[in-house]
Amino acid sequence: MEEYPPIIVRLAINRIDLNLIKNENVQPRIYTPGEEISSQPDFLRGHGTYVDDENTLRASVAGVLEKVNKLISIRPLKARYQGEIGDVIVGRITEVQQKRWKVDTNSKLDSVLLLSSVNLPGGELRRRSAEDEQTMRRYLQEGDLICAEVQSTFVDGSLSLHTRVLKYGKLSQGIMLKVSPALVKRKKTHFHNLESGASLILGNNGYIWIGANKQDSDRSEGGFTQDLSRIPQVNREVCARLRNCILILAQCNIQLTDTSVTYAYEESMKYKINELLEPEIMIDVSLLTHQRLIQQ
Amino acid sequence: MIEAENIEDQNGLRPDGRRALELRQIRVKMGVFGQADGSAYIEQGNTKILVTVYGPHQPRGSTGRNTSNISKGIVNCQYSMAVFSLSSGERKRKPRGDRKSQERSLQLKHAMEAIIHLEIYPRSQIDIYVEALQVDGSEYCVSVNGATLALIDAGIPIKVIYKTTNILQFSLKKSFVIKFIATLFLQNYAIGCTVTLINNPSLEDEDNTLEKGVLDANYVEECTPGVTLSVVALPNNDSTLKDGLIVVAQGAGQRLHLSQFESLKARVLYGCQDIRTILDHAVREYLTEQSLPSLFHVALN
Repeated sequence: MEEYPPIIVRLAINRIDLNLIKNENVQPRIYTPGEEISSQPDFLRGHGTYVDDENTLRASVAGVLEKVNKLISIRPLKARYQGEIGDVIVGRITEVQQKRWKVDTNSKLDSVLLLSSVNLPGGELRRRSAEDEQTMRRYLQEGDLICAEVQSTFVDGSLSLHTRVLKYGKLSQGIMLKVSPALVKRKKTHFHNLESGASLILGNNGYIWIGANKQDSDRSEGGFTQDLSRIPQVNREVCARLRNCILILAQCNIQLTDTSVTYAYEESMKYKINELLEPEIMIDVSLLTHQRLIQQ
Repeated sequence: MIEAENIEDQNGLRPDGRRALELRQIRVKMGVFGQADGSAYIEQGNTKILVTVYGPHQPRGSTGRNTSNISKGIVNCQYSMAVFSLSSGERKRKPRGDRKSQERSLQLKHAMEAIIHLEIYPRSQIDIYVEALQVDGSEYCVSVNGATLALIDAGIPIKVIYKTTNILQFSLKKSFVIKFIATLFLQNYAIGCTVTLINNPSLEDEDNTLEKGVLDANYVEECTPGVTLSVVALPNNDSTLKDGLIVVAQGAGQRLHLSQFESLKARVLYGCQDIRTILDHAVREYLTEQSLPSLFHVALN
Protein backbone atom coordinates (compact mmCIF):
# COMPACT_ATOMS: atom_id res chain seq x y z
CA MET A 1 0.00 0.00 0.00
CA GLU A 2 1.41 3.31 -1.03
CA GLU A 3 1.66 6.18 1.40
CA TYR A 4 -0.51 9.10 0.40
CA PRO A 5 0.32 12.59 1.59
CA PRO A 6 -2.10 13.90 4.23
CA ILE A 7 -5.08 15.81 2.93
CA ILE A 8 -5.31 19.34 4.22
CA VAL A 9 -8.75 20.79 4.69
CA ARG A 10 -9.24 24.39 5.70
CA LEU A 11 -12.24 26.58 6.21
CA ALA A 12 -13.10 29.41 3.88
CA ILE A 13 -12.60 31.81 6.76
CA ASN A 14 -8.92 30.91 6.87
CA ARG A 15 -8.44 31.90 3.29
CA ILE A 16 -5.45 34.12 2.71
CA ASP A 17 -5.33 37.02 0.34
CA LEU A 18 -2.50 36.17 -2.01
CA ASN A 19 -2.44 39.54 -3.65
CA LEU A 20 0.13 40.94 -1.25
CA ILE A 21 2.57 42.55 -3.54
CA LYS A 22 1.12 45.93 -4.18
CA ASN A 23 2.67 49.18 -5.00
CA GLU A 24 1.31 51.20 -2.11
CA ASN A 25 2.50 54.61 -3.14
CA VAL A 26 1.04 54.48 -6.63
CA GLN A 27 -2.64 53.74 -6.69
CA PRO A 28 -4.08 53.83 -10.17
CA ARG A 29 -7.22 55.78 -10.82
CA ILE A 30 -9.98 53.25 -11.33
CA TYR A 31 -12.96 53.95 -13.51
CA THR A 32 -16.25 52.12 -13.11
CA PRO A 33 -18.89 51.71 -15.81
CA GLY A 34 -20.85 54.89 -16.36
CA GLU A 35 -18.26 57.13 -14.81
CA GLU A 36 -17.58 60.37 -16.59
CA ILE A 37 -14.13 60.61 -18.15
CA SER A 38 -14.31 63.92 -19.91
CA SER A 39 -16.93 66.30 -21.16
CA GLN A 40 -14.68 67.99 -23.65
CA PRO A 41 -15.59 67.13 -27.22
CA ASP A 42 -12.07 66.96 -28.63
CA PHE A 43 -11.28 63.43 -27.50
CA LEU A 44 -11.34 60.28 -29.55
CA ARG A 45 -13.34 57.43 -28.17
CA GLY A 46 -11.38 54.19 -27.71
CA HIS A 47 -12.21 50.75 -26.40
CA GLY A 48 -14.22 50.60 -23.23
CA THR A 49 -15.78 54.02 -23.59
CA TYR A 50 -18.86 55.53 -25.11
CA VAL A 51 -20.39 58.94 -25.65
CA ASP A 52 -23.80 59.67 -24.20
CA ASP A 53 -26.42 62.15 -25.31
CA GLU A 54 -24.76 65.13 -23.69
CA ASN A 55 -21.51 64.43 -25.52
CA THR A 56 -19.86 63.25 -22.34
CA LEU A 57 -17.28 60.52 -22.63
CA ARG A 58 -18.07 57.75 -20.20
CA ALA A 59 -16.46 54.44 -19.28
CA SER A 60 -18.27 51.24 -20.19
CA VAL A 61 -15.95 48.82 -18.41
CA ALA A 62 -14.25 48.88 -15.03
CA GLY A 63 -10.54 49.46 -15.35
CA VAL A 64 -7.75 51.95 -15.80
CA LEU A 65 -7.41 54.78 -18.25
CA GLU A 66 -5.05 54.59 -21.19
CA LYS A 67 -4.35 57.71 -23.17
CA VAL A 68 -2.52 57.96 -26.45
CA ASN A 69 -2.55 61.60 -27.59
CA LYS A 70 -6.26 62.25 -27.98
CA LEU A 71 -7.41 58.65 -27.98
CA ILE A 72 -8.87 57.63 -24.66
CA SER A 73 -9.59 54.04 -23.82
CA ILE A 74 -10.35 52.15 -20.63
CA ARG A 75 -8.62 48.84 -20.17
CA PRO A 76 -10.43 46.28 -18.05
CA LEU A 77 -8.32 44.36 -15.58
CA LYS A 78 -9.60 41.04 -16.74
CA ALA A 79 -10.65 40.40 -20.32
CA ARG A 80 -10.31 37.92 -23.10
CA TYR A 81 -7.18 37.88 -25.20
CA GLN A 82 -7.02 40.50 -27.90
CA GLY A 83 -4.71 39.25 -30.64
CA GLU A 84 -2.07 41.21 -32.46
CA ILE A 85 -0.03 40.21 -35.48
CA GLY A 86 3.17 38.46 -34.49
CA ASP A 87 1.96 37.15 -31.14
CA VAL A 88 3.10 33.70 -30.13
CA ILE A 89 0.16 31.69 -28.91
CA VAL A 90 -0.60 28.24 -27.60
CA GLY A 91 -3.96 26.82 -28.61
CA ARG A 92 -6.08 23.74 -28.82
CA ILE A 93 -7.71 22.40 -31.97
CA THR A 94 -11.49 22.39 -31.60
CA GLU A 95 -12.66 21.57 -35.09
CA VAL A 96 -11.36 20.25 -38.40
CA GLN A 97 -13.02 21.94 -41.36
CA GLN A 98 -12.44 22.18 -45.10
CA LYS A 99 -8.88 23.42 -45.61
CA ARG A 100 -8.70 24.82 -42.11
CA TRP A 101 -8.53 24.00 -38.44
CA LYS A 102 -10.36 25.91 -35.76
CA VAL A 103 -8.23 26.67 -32.72
CA ASP A 104 -9.33 27.71 -29.25
CA THR A 105 -7.00 30.53 -28.23
CA ASN A 106 -8.83 32.16 -25.32
CA SER A 107 -10.02 34.97 -27.58
CA LYS A 108 -13.57 36.05 -28.31
CA LEU A 109 -13.84 33.80 -31.35
CA ASP A 110 -12.00 30.67 -32.36
CA SER A 111 -8.89 31.30 -34.45
CA VAL A 112 -8.29 29.80 -37.86
CA LEU A 113 -5.27 27.79 -38.95
CA LEU A 114 -5.37 27.37 -42.70
CA LEU A 115 -3.98 24.26 -44.33
CA SER A 116 -1.92 26.55 -46.54
CA SER A 117 -0.25 28.15 -43.56
CA VAL A 118 1.23 25.02 -42.02
CA ASN A 119 4.39 23.19 -42.97
CA LEU A 120 3.49 19.81 -44.32
CA PRO A 121 6.04 16.99 -44.38
CA GLY A 122 8.05 17.10 -47.56
CA GLY A 123 9.26 20.62 -47.90
CA GLU A 124 8.10 24.20 -47.84
CA LEU A 125 7.08 24.54 -51.45
CA ARG A 126 4.85 21.51 -51.62
CA ARG A 127 1.49 21.98 -53.30
CA ARG A 128 -1.55 21.26 -51.20
CA SER A 129 -3.48 18.60 -53.04
CA ALA A 130 -6.99 17.36 -52.47
CA GLU A 131 -5.45 14.40 -50.77
CA ASP A 132 -3.92 16.64 -48.15
CA GLU A 133 -7.35 18.05 -47.42
CA GLN A 134 -8.70 14.58 -46.83
CA THR A 135 -5.90 13.61 -44.50
CA MET A 136 -5.89 16.80 -42.44
CA ARG A 137 -6.93 14.89 -39.40
CA ARG A 138 -3.74 12.87 -39.65
CA TYR A 139 -1.71 15.98 -38.93
CA LEU A 140 -3.85 17.68 -36.35
CA GLN A 141 -7.04 16.43 -34.83
CA GLU A 142 -9.50 17.73 -32.27
CA GLY A 143 -7.91 18.19 -28.89
CA ASP A 144 -4.34 18.55 -30.12
CA LEU A 145 -2.28 21.36 -28.71
CA ILE A 146 -0.35 23.59 -31.04
CA CYS A 147 1.95 26.53 -30.82
CA ALA A 148 1.57 29.12 -33.55
CA GLU A 149 1.99 32.75 -34.49
CA VAL A 150 -0.74 35.24 -35.36
CA GLN A 151 -0.56 35.94 -39.06
CA SER A 152 -3.42 38.38 -39.46
CA THR A 153 -6.63 39.47 -37.82
CA PHE A 154 -10.08 39.51 -39.42
CA VAL A 155 -12.64 42.29 -39.17
CA ASP A 156 -14.70 40.47 -36.58
CA GLY A 157 -11.65 40.13 -34.33
CA SER A 158 -10.85 36.49 -34.98
CA LEU A 159 -7.26 35.54 -35.74
CA SER A 160 -5.55 33.71 -38.55
CA LEU A 161 -2.57 31.65 -37.41
CA HIS A 162 0.44 30.15 -39.12
CA THR A 163 3.07 27.59 -38.21
CA ARG A 164 5.46 28.17 -41.10
CA VAL A 165 8.51 28.39 -38.87
CA LEU A 166 9.95 25.13 -37.60
CA LYS A 167 9.76 26.13 -33.95
CA TYR A 168 5.95 26.20 -34.15
CA GLY A 169 3.82 23.12 -34.47
CA LYS A 170 2.25 20.39 -32.44
CA LEU A 171 3.01 20.13 -28.75
CA SER A 172 3.32 16.88 -26.87
CA GLN A 173 4.68 15.59 -23.60
CA GLY A 174 4.02 18.38 -21.17
CA ILE A 175 1.53 20.45 -19.22
CA MET A 176 -0.66 23.30 -20.39
CA LEU A 177 -1.72 26.01 -17.98
CA LYS A 178 -4.24 28.79 -18.35
CA VAL A 179 -3.46 32.15 -16.79
CA SER A 180 -4.68 35.68 -17.38
CA PRO A 181 -3.38 37.05 -20.71
CA ALA A 182 -2.35 40.25 -18.94
CA LEU A 183 0.43 38.38 -17.16
CA VAL A 184 2.37 37.62 -20.33
CA LYS A 185 3.95 40.65 -21.94
CA ARG A 186 5.01 40.69 -25.57
CA LYS A 187 8.69 39.87 -25.68
CA LYS A 188 11.34 39.11 -28.23
CA THR A 189 11.30 35.46 -27.39
CA HIS A 190 8.58 33.34 -25.90
CA PHE A 191 10.39 30.01 -26.12
CA HIS A 192 12.64 29.25 -23.21
CA ASN A 193 14.75 26.24 -22.39
CA LEU A 194 15.10 26.31 -18.64
CA GLU A 195 18.14 25.07 -16.78
CA SER A 196 16.03 22.51 -15.01
CA GLY A 197 15.69 20.63 -18.26
CA ALA A 198 12.19 21.63 -19.24
CA SER A 199 11.06 23.91 -22.00
CA LEU A 200 8.62 26.73 -21.49
CA ILE A 201 6.39 28.50 -23.99
CA LEU A 202 4.71 31.63 -22.69
CA GLY A 203 1.79 32.17 -25.04
CA ASN A 204 0.59 35.75 -25.37
CA ASN A 205 -2.96 34.49 -25.01
CA GLY A 206 -2.35 33.35 -21.45
CA TYR A 207 -1.85 29.70 -22.27
CA ILE A 208 1.45 28.42 -20.92
CA TRP A 209 3.14 25.26 -22.11
CA ILE A 210 5.63 23.35 -20.00
CA GLY A 211 7.37 20.74 -22.10
CA ALA A 212 9.11 17.83 -20.46
CA ASN A 213 11.92 17.73 -23.00
CA LYS A 214 14.22 20.37 -24.32
CA GLN A 215 12.98 21.64 -27.64
CA ASP A 216 14.01 18.87 -29.95
CA SER A 217 15.92 19.91 -33.00
CA ASP A 218 14.35 17.42 -35.36
CA ARG A 219 11.42 19.26 -36.85
CA SER A 220 11.85 18.13 -40.42
CA GLU A 221 8.51 16.36 -40.46
CA GLY A 222 6.75 19.67 -39.99
CA GLY A 223 6.38 19.18 -36.29
CA PHE A 224 3.50 16.75 -36.58
CA THR A 225 5.22 13.70 -35.19
CA GLN A 226 4.66 12.98 -31.55
CA ASP A 227 7.40 11.60 -29.45
CA LEU A 228 5.59 9.32 -27.06
CA SER A 229 8.57 7.77 -25.36
CA ARG A 230 8.48 7.47 -21.59
CA ILE A 231 9.58 10.53 -19.64
CA PRO A 232 11.71 9.75 -16.61
CA GLN A 233 10.30 10.51 -13.17
CA VAL A 234 12.80 13.31 -12.55
CA ASN A 235 11.64 15.28 -15.57
CA ARG A 236 8.04 14.85 -14.61
CA GLU A 237 8.71 16.22 -11.17
CA VAL A 238 10.44 19.21 -12.72
CA CYS A 239 7.35 19.86 -14.81
CA ALA A 240 5.01 19.51 -11.86
CA ARG A 241 7.12 21.90 -9.80
CA LEU A 242 7.21 24.41 -12.64
CA ARG A 243 3.45 24.20 -12.96
CA ASN A 244 2.91 24.93 -9.30
CA CYS A 245 5.42 27.79 -9.44
CA ILE A 246 3.64 29.38 -12.39
CA LEU A 247 0.34 28.98 -10.55
CA ILE A 248 1.81 30.83 -7.58
CA LEU A 249 3.06 33.66 -9.79
CA ALA A 250 -0.31 33.88 -11.54
CA GLN A 251 -2.23 33.97 -8.26
CA CYS A 252 -0.01 36.70 -6.91
CA ASN A 253 -0.21 38.71 -10.14
CA ILE A 254 3.49 38.62 -10.91
CA GLN A 255 4.47 39.00 -14.56
CA LEU A 256 5.48 35.75 -16.17
CA THR A 257 8.91 35.86 -17.77
CA ASP A 258 11.66 33.29 -17.94
CA THR A 259 13.47 35.06 -15.08
CA SER A 260 10.46 35.20 -12.77
CA VAL A 261 9.67 31.54 -13.44
CA THR A 262 13.29 30.52 -12.83
CA TYR A 263 13.45 32.53 -9.61
CA ALA A 264 10.22 31.06 -8.34
CA TYR A 265 11.47 27.61 -9.28
CA GLU A 266 14.71 28.13 -7.38
CA GLU A 267 12.97 29.56 -4.33
CA SER A 268 10.55 26.67 -4.26
CA MET A 269 13.30 24.06 -3.98
CA LYS A 270 13.11 23.96 -0.19
CA TYR A 271 9.52 22.73 -0.34
CA LYS A 272 8.01 19.55 -1.64
CA ILE A 273 6.07 19.86 -4.87
CA ASN A 274 2.67 19.21 -3.35
CA GLU A 275 3.33 21.68 -0.54
CA LEU A 276 3.53 24.45 -3.10
CA LEU A 277 -0.25 24.52 -3.34
CA GLU A 278 -0.68 25.57 0.28
CA PRO A 279 -1.42 29.28 0.74
CA GLU A 280 1.31 30.03 3.32
CA ILE A 281 3.96 28.50 1.13
CA MET A 282 2.60 30.24 -1.92
CA ILE A 283 3.01 33.55 -0.14
CA ASP A 284 6.52 32.70 0.96
CA VAL A 285 7.62 31.73 -2.52
CA SER A 286 5.98 34.72 -4.13
CA LEU A 287 7.52 37.16 -1.69
CA LEU A 288 11.00 35.71 -2.17
CA THR A 289 10.57 35.82 -5.93
CA HIS A 290 9.32 39.37 -5.78
CA GLN A 291 12.33 40.36 -3.67
CA ARG A 292 14.75 38.92 -6.18
CA LEU A 293 12.98 40.54 -9.08
CA ILE A 294 13.22 43.95 -7.40
CA GLN A 295 16.91 43.53 -6.64
CA GLN A 296 17.68 43.08 -10.29
CA MET B 1 -49.81 33.17 4.95
CA ILE B 2 -49.22 36.36 6.85
CA GLU B 3 -52.18 38.61 7.33
CA ALA B 4 -51.94 42.08 5.95
CA GLU B 5 -52.77 43.74 9.25
CA ASN B 6 -49.81 42.16 10.92
CA ILE B 7 -47.53 44.07 8.71
CA GLU B 8 -48.95 47.48 9.40
CA ASP B 9 -48.97 47.11 13.13
CA GLN B 10 -45.45 47.91 14.14
CA ASN B 11 -45.27 51.70 14.10
CA GLY B 12 -44.64 51.97 10.43
CA LEU B 13 -41.97 49.31 10.52
CA ARG B 14 -41.98 46.21 8.41
CA PRO B 15 -41.96 42.64 9.74
CA ASP B 16 -38.18 42.54 9.75
CA GLY B 17 -37.88 45.95 11.35
CA ARG B 18 -37.01 47.97 8.29
CA ARG B 19 -38.56 51.23 7.23
CA ALA B 20 -40.44 51.44 3.97
CA LEU B 21 -37.55 52.69 1.89
CA GLU B 22 -34.86 50.75 3.66
CA LEU B 23 -32.92 48.10 1.77
CA ARG B 24 -31.58 44.91 3.24
CA GLN B 25 -27.88 44.53 3.82
CA ILE B 26 -26.02 43.99 0.58
CA ARG B 27 -22.82 42.03 0.50
CA VAL B 28 -20.84 41.55 -2.65
CA LYS B 29 -17.92 39.39 -3.64
CA MET B 30 -16.49 39.51 -7.12
CA GLY B 31 -14.19 37.12 -8.89
CA VAL B 32 -15.23 34.10 -6.84
CA PHE B 33 -14.37 31.58 -9.57
CA GLY B 34 -10.99 31.21 -11.19
CA GLN B 35 -12.12 29.38 -14.29
CA ALA B 36 -14.99 31.62 -15.35
CA ASP B 37 -14.37 34.87 -17.20
CA GLY B 38 -16.35 36.73 -14.62
CA SER B 39 -18.24 35.82 -11.49
CA ALA B 40 -19.97 37.46 -8.58
CA TYR B 41 -21.71 36.46 -5.39
CA ILE B 42 -24.30 38.77 -3.97
CA GLU B 43 -26.36 38.67 -0.80
CA GLN B 44 -29.29 40.92 -0.25
CA GLY B 45 -30.53 40.00 3.16
CA ASN B 46 -31.14 36.28 3.00
CA THR B 47 -31.38 36.14 -0.76
CA LYS B 48 -28.10 34.70 -1.95
CA ILE B 49 -27.20 34.48 -5.61
CA LEU B 50 -24.14 33.24 -7.43
CA VAL B 51 -23.55 34.37 -11.01
CA THR B 52 -20.92 33.23 -13.48
CA VAL B 53 -20.22 34.67 -16.90
CA TYR B 54 -18.40 32.80 -19.63
CA GLY B 55 -17.42 34.53 -22.80
CA PRO B 56 -17.58 36.14 -25.20
CA HIS B 57 -16.62 32.91 -26.90
CA GLN B 58 -17.33 30.94 -30.05
CA PRO B 59 -20.90 29.64 -29.95
CA ARG B 60 -20.99 25.91 -29.46
CA GLY B 61 -23.75 23.40 -29.70
CA SER B 62 -27.15 24.20 -31.09
CA THR B 63 -26.81 27.98 -30.80
CA GLY B 64 -23.68 27.91 -32.94
CA ARG B 65 -25.43 26.49 -35.96
CA ASN B 66 -28.14 29.07 -35.87
CA THR B 67 -26.30 31.79 -37.75
CA SER B 68 -29.32 33.95 -38.40
CA ASN B 69 -27.88 36.88 -36.48
CA ILE B 70 -24.30 37.27 -37.54
CA SER B 71 -23.81 40.94 -36.79
CA LYS B 72 -24.62 40.66 -33.10
CA GLY B 73 -23.54 38.56 -30.21
CA ILE B 74 -25.81 36.09 -28.49
CA VAL B 75 -26.65 36.20 -24.81
CA ASN B 76 -27.48 32.94 -23.18
CA CYS B 77 -28.97 33.01 -19.70
CA GLN B 78 -29.72 30.17 -17.39
CA TYR B 79 -31.53 30.77 -14.14
CA SER B 80 -31.61 27.93 -11.71
CA MET B 81 -32.66 27.60 -8.12
CA ALA B 82 -30.86 25.20 -5.88
CA VAL B 83 -33.11 22.44 -4.56
CA PHE B 84 -32.53 23.64 -1.01
CA SER B 85 -33.03 27.31 -1.79
CA LEU B 86 -36.65 27.83 -0.80
CA SER B 87 -37.06 29.59 2.50
CA SER B 88 -40.34 27.89 3.23
CA GLY B 89 -38.42 24.72 3.92
CA GLU B 90 -39.62 22.33 1.26
CA ARG B 91 -37.26 21.03 -1.37
CA LYS B 92 -37.57 21.95 -4.98
CA ARG B 93 -37.98 19.08 -7.41
CA LYS B 94 -36.01 20.39 -10.33
CA PRO B 95 -33.35 23.07 -10.03
CA ARG B 96 -33.96 24.32 -13.58
CA GLY B 97 -36.14 23.76 -16.58
CA ASP B 98 -39.46 24.39 -14.92
CA ARG B 99 -41.77 27.18 -16.05
CA LYS B 100 -40.65 29.67 -13.44
CA SER B 101 -36.96 29.24 -14.15
CA GLN B 102 -37.51 29.42 -17.88
CA GLU B 103 -39.44 32.65 -17.54
CA ARG B 104 -36.80 34.09 -15.26
CA SER B 105 -34.08 33.13 -17.72
CA LEU B 106 -35.91 34.91 -20.49
CA GLN B 107 -36.50 38.03 -18.41
CA LEU B 108 -32.88 38.05 -17.37
CA LYS B 109 -31.84 37.72 -20.98
CA HIS B 110 -33.90 40.77 -21.93
CA ALA B 111 -32.31 42.81 -19.19
CA MET B 112 -28.80 41.73 -20.10
CA GLU B 113 -29.26 42.24 -23.81
CA ALA B 114 -30.27 45.78 -23.00
CA ILE B 115 -27.02 46.68 -21.31
CA ILE B 116 -24.37 44.68 -23.18
CA HIS B 117 -23.09 46.29 -26.31
CA LEU B 118 -23.58 43.22 -28.49
CA GLU B 119 -22.57 44.89 -31.75
CA ILE B 120 -18.91 44.71 -30.83
CA TYR B 121 -19.09 40.95 -30.34
CA PRO B 122 -20.29 39.68 -33.71
CA ARG B 123 -20.86 35.93 -33.94
CA SER B 124 -19.85 35.27 -30.37
CA GLN B 125 -21.79 34.14 -27.36
CA ILE B 126 -21.94 35.25 -23.75
CA ASP B 127 -23.20 32.75 -21.21
CA ILE B 128 -24.66 33.95 -17.94
CA TYR B 129 -25.43 31.30 -15.34
CA VAL B 130 -27.39 32.33 -12.29
CA GLU B 131 -27.71 30.04 -9.32
CA ALA B 132 -30.02 31.01 -6.51
CA LEU B 133 -28.62 29.50 -3.33
CA GLN B 134 -31.20 30.91 -1.00
CA VAL B 135 -34.40 32.65 -1.89
CA ASP B 136 -35.94 35.21 0.40
CA GLY B 137 -37.78 37.53 -1.92
CA SER B 138 -36.63 39.82 -4.74
CA GLU B 139 -34.57 37.02 -6.24
CA TYR B 140 -35.01 38.21 -9.81
CA CYS B 141 -33.72 41.67 -8.96
CA VAL B 142 -30.81 40.34 -6.97
CA SER B 143 -29.83 38.10 -9.85
CA VAL B 144 -29.88 41.08 -12.21
CA ASN B 145 -27.59 42.94 -9.83
CA GLY B 146 -25.31 39.92 -9.57
CA ALA B 147 -25.22 39.44 -13.32
CA THR B 148 -24.24 43.08 -13.80
CA LEU B 149 -21.36 42.65 -11.38
CA ALA B 150 -20.23 39.45 -13.07
CA LEU B 151 -20.25 41.19 -16.44
CA ILE B 152 -18.13 43.99 -15.03
CA ASP B 153 -15.75 41.40 -13.63
CA ALA B 154 -15.51 39.76 -17.04
CA GLY B 155 -14.55 43.08 -18.61
CA ILE B 156 -17.53 43.15 -20.92
CA PRO B 157 -18.54 46.70 -21.90
CA ILE B 158 -21.84 47.76 -20.46
CA LYS B 159 -23.65 50.52 -22.20
CA VAL B 160 -26.82 51.51 -23.85
CA ILE B 161 -27.55 51.50 -27.48
CA TYR B 162 -31.21 52.22 -27.84
CA LYS B 163 -33.20 54.98 -26.41
CA THR B 164 -36.77 53.95 -26.79
CA THR B 165 -39.61 55.58 -25.06
CA ASN B 166 -41.95 53.66 -22.85
CA ILE B 167 -43.31 50.62 -24.55
CA LEU B 168 -46.03 49.37 -22.37
CA GLN B 169 -47.29 45.97 -23.20
CA PHE B 170 -50.23 44.78 -21.30
CA SER B 171 -51.04 41.17 -21.30
CA LEU B 172 -53.43 39.68 -18.90
CA LYS B 173 -52.06 36.37 -17.82
CA LYS B 174 -54.29 33.80 -16.28
CA SER B 175 -56.67 35.35 -13.82
CA PHE B 176 -55.09 38.16 -11.88
CA VAL B 177 -51.44 38.45 -12.54
CA ILE B 178 -50.71 41.49 -14.59
CA LYS B 179 -47.54 41.47 -16.52
CA PHE B 180 -46.27 44.45 -18.31
CA ILE B 181 -42.90 45.19 -19.63
CA ALA B 182 -41.86 48.76 -20.04
CA THR B 183 -38.53 49.13 -21.62
CA LEU B 184 -36.38 52.14 -21.51
CA PHE B 185 -32.71 52.40 -21.29
CA LEU B 186 -30.31 54.68 -19.58
CA GLN B 187 -26.62 54.29 -19.26
CA ASN B 188 -24.74 52.37 -16.61
CA TYR B 189 -25.58 49.45 -14.41
CA ALA B 190 -28.70 47.44 -14.61
CA ILE B 191 -30.06 47.50 -11.15
CA GLY B 192 -33.03 45.57 -9.96
CA CYS B 193 -35.20 46.45 -7.05
CA THR B 194 -38.60 45.31 -5.98
CA VAL B 195 -41.42 47.35 -4.64
CA THR B 196 -44.40 45.82 -2.96
CA LEU B 197 -47.69 47.49 -2.49
CA ILE B 198 -49.29 46.48 0.71
CA ASN B 199 -52.91 47.32 0.42
CA ASN B 200 -54.58 48.38 3.55
CA PRO B 201 -57.52 50.69 3.10
CA SER B 202 -58.04 51.40 6.79
CA LEU B 203 -55.18 53.83 7.27
CA GLU B 204 -56.26 56.44 4.83
CA ASP B 205 -55.74 59.55 6.90
CA GLU B 206 -52.23 58.80 8.07
CA ASP B 207 -49.35 59.61 5.85
CA ASN B 208 -48.11 56.10 6.13
CA THR B 209 -45.13 55.42 4.00
CA LEU B 210 -45.63 51.69 4.02
CA GLU B 211 -48.84 52.10 2.14
CA LYS B 212 -47.22 53.54 -0.89
CA GLY B 213 -45.04 50.53 -1.38
CA VAL B 214 -42.01 49.08 0.32
CA LEU B 215 -38.61 48.51 -1.25
CA ASP B 216 -36.63 45.30 -1.51
CA ALA B 217 -39.35 42.98 -0.38
CA ASN B 218 -38.48 39.80 1.43
CA TYR B 219 -40.36 36.54 1.18
CA VAL B 220 -42.95 37.41 3.78
CA GLU B 221 -43.78 40.66 2.13
CA GLU B 222 -43.99 39.07 -1.27
CA CYS B 223 -46.58 36.68 0.10
CA THR B 224 -48.88 39.44 1.22
CA PRO B 225 -51.95 40.12 -0.87
CA GLY B 226 -50.41 42.93 -2.83
CA VAL B 227 -48.60 43.39 -6.05
CA THR B 228 -44.85 43.08 -6.22
CA LEU B 229 -43.13 44.81 -9.07
CA SER B 230 -39.63 43.75 -10.00
CA VAL B 231 -38.14 46.71 -11.75
CA VAL B 232 -34.88 46.69 -13.60
CA ALA B 233 -33.68 50.20 -14.12
CA LEU B 234 -30.51 51.52 -15.57
CA PRO B 235 -30.00 54.51 -13.35
CA ASN B 236 -27.80 57.43 -14.12
CA ASN B 237 -25.19 58.98 -11.89
CA ASP B 238 -27.24 62.07 -11.40
CA SER B 239 -30.84 61.36 -10.78
CA THR B 240 -32.02 62.66 -14.14
CA LEU B 241 -33.92 59.51 -14.72
CA LYS B 242 -35.57 59.10 -18.01
CA ASP B 243 -38.08 56.45 -18.73
CA GLY B 244 -36.25 53.19 -18.96
CA LEU B 245 -37.09 50.16 -16.95
CA ILE B 246 -38.06 46.60 -17.29
CA VAL B 247 -40.94 45.85 -15.03
CA VAL B 248 -42.06 42.41 -14.09
CA ALA B 249 -45.13 42.14 -11.98
CA GLN B 250 -45.82 39.18 -9.85
CA GLY B 251 -48.73 39.56 -7.59
CA ALA B 252 -50.68 37.35 -5.35
CA GLY B 253 -54.08 38.40 -6.43
CA GLN B 254 -54.54 42.09 -6.89
CA ARG B 255 -54.39 44.25 -9.90
CA LEU B 256 -52.38 47.37 -9.87
CA HIS B 257 -54.06 50.53 -10.91
CA LEU B 258 -52.05 52.51 -13.38
CA SER B 259 -52.42 55.66 -11.29
CA GLN B 260 -50.37 54.05 -8.58
CA PHE B 261 -47.64 53.09 -10.94
CA GLU B 262 -46.00 56.49 -11.11
CA SER B 263 -45.51 56.78 -7.37
CA LEU B 264 -44.25 53.21 -7.20
CA LYS B 265 -41.83 53.96 -9.98
CA ALA B 266 -40.47 56.97 -8.17
CA ARG B 267 -39.86 54.87 -5.10
CA VAL B 268 -38.28 51.98 -6.85
CA LEU B 269 -35.92 54.22 -8.78
CA TYR B 270 -34.87 55.75 -5.53
CA GLY B 271 -34.02 52.24 -4.32
CA CYS B 272 -32.14 51.45 -7.53
CA GLN B 273 -30.09 54.58 -7.04
CA ASP B 274 -29.07 53.41 -3.59
CA ILE B 275 -28.18 49.94 -4.78
CA ARG B 276 -26.13 51.38 -7.59
CA THR B 277 -24.07 53.41 -5.15
CA ILE B 278 -23.41 50.31 -3.06
CA LEU B 279 -22.45 48.17 -6.04
CA ASP B 280 -20.27 50.87 -7.56
CA HIS B 281 -18.41 51.10 -4.29
CA ALA B 282 -17.97 47.33 -4.22
CA VAL B 283 -16.58 47.29 -7.76
CA ARG B 284 -14.12 50.03 -6.97
CA GLU B 285 -12.94 48.27 -3.84
CA TYR B 286 -12.51 44.98 -5.64
CA LEU B 287 -10.53 46.56 -8.46
CA THR B 288 -8.23 48.43 -6.11
CA GLU B 289 -7.43 45.18 -4.37
CA GLN B 290 -6.91 43.28 -7.56
CA SER B 291 -4.81 45.72 -9.56
CA LEU B 292 -2.18 43.93 -11.50
CA PRO B 293 1.35 45.28 -11.35
CA SER B 294 1.28 45.40 -15.12
CA LEU B 295 -1.29 48.15 -14.90
CA PHE B 296 0.66 50.44 -12.66
CA HIS B 297 2.76 52.04 -15.32
CA VAL B 298 -0.43 53.18 -16.99
CA ALA B 299 -1.54 55.15 -14.01
CA LEU B 300 1.66 57.11 -13.79
CA ASN B 301 1.36 59.06 -16.98
